[in-house]
Amino acid sequence: MNWLIEWAGYLPQLMSGLGVSLMIAGVSIVAGYPLGLVLSVMVQHRNLAVRTLGLAVVEIGRGAPALVILYLFYYGLPKFGIAFESITAACLALIWNSAAYSSEIMRAGMQSVARGQHEASAALGLSRGHTFFRVIMPQGMRSAIPGLMGVAIQMFQGTSLAYAIAVPELMKSAYNIGSQDFNYLQIFALAGICYAAISMPATWITVYFEKRLARHT
Amino acid sequence: MDAFSAVLQGLPMTIVLTLSAFAIGIVGAVPLAVGLSSSNIVVRLACRLFVDLVRGVPIIVWLFLLKFGIQVGTFKFNPVGAAIVGLGVVSIAYLAEIYRGGLESVPRGQNEAADALGLSRGTTFLRVLVPQAFRIVSPSIATYLTGLLKDSSIASTIIVAEMVFQSQAFARQHPTMEGILPYVLVGILYIVLSLPVAYLSRSLDARMRKAVYA
Repeated sequence: MNWLIEWAGYLPQLMSGLGVSLMIAGVSIVAGYPLGLVLSVMVQHRNLAVRTLGLAVVEIGRGAPALVILYLFYYGLPKFGIAFESITAACLALIWNSAAYSSEIMRAGMQSVARGQHEASAALGLSRGHTFFRVIMPQGMRSAIPGLMGVAIQMFQGTSLAYAIAVPELMKSAYNIGSQDFNYLQIFALAGICYAAISMPATWITVYFEKRLARHT
Repeated sequence: MDAFSAVLQGLPMTIVLTLSAFAIGIVGAVPLAVGLSSSNIVVRLACRLFVDLVRGVPIIVWLFLLKFGIQVGTFKFNPVGAAIVGLGVVSIAYLAEIYRGGLESVPRGQNEAADALGLSRGTTFLRVLVPQAFRIVSPSIATYLTGLLKDSSIASTIIVAEMVFQSQAFARQHPTMEGILPYVLVGILYIVLSLPVAYLSRSLDARMRKAVYA
């Protein structure tokens, strides 16, 4: 019971942190997915230079830990006179992360569109742009939906790394409360519950969509 | 000392963290995967709740919970212990989910055939289901290992002296332009380290495919 009363006292402070976490996750998704789409097209481009650039951006974004990219933006770039506020650095790093991961999922989705669709579009005399935007993309995106939802959950959890550059998100608020009265166990457990309260239902919804899509194909 | 050797100083710790957590996960996930596909609904739901809860909380929260929150008598986790246990438990949950997917993808007929041959449940599981499931999941396990390698960087937040921690230490001592180098190098090093795992997974996958369809 004591725990519950203490938790109720901590909750308002944690909620403002959760708001920041959700904001960063939202920005990284809203800006990251369109960039991911561009990257997925670049990676399949005929021009070698475009393809290589796209591949490099995707492979670094997926291959290097998000924490390293975060530090690169926050501690690394200022040494060249490019300084960001901590929250901007966090958003930029996670945008890169989400663009890289989502581009792979979108590419896989678009490659799963049957070849006959390309041939049929060509036979109908559709332009390449038309074929991509009106035929391939709508079908490919549909099968990419569960994967993209998975990346969104991953991004939300990834916002906890912004703690390391002192962004006042959920983890940082929890740490601040904890270092006031040393109730680390209670406060981190509550922080964990806050993350789980969003991630777990989101995962269940994703699984539901996965099953639904599998039924239709 | 140059940036590269500074980063390399953390390499052994990164490898120790990754492999210890992976070892915990590989073994610990087996009973959990069996529980996830159990016919007893209570066992199944309990295992499902555990897996979803562990995966629903970011790794950094688990590490802080273990490092700062756990105190039993005089026992407290040291940073390395907290990192290994934390990453290990998370690996158990993720790998159990991968195992379960593999077990479910083995055709039902295999189970029935083993039953018809009069094999015991243990033999059926170990000699019929597991070998086939392993072929299916080995690429996913390798992918998870590369993910774990990257996640081990989070241990730097609880002061474990692995690669990212060493990069930061170097960058702090070099406020000039040179200070960006360790971050670039450590990023490249993570990508380079995951290449052999990806290669191994691909060749393993190719060999397994041959074994199945020969």
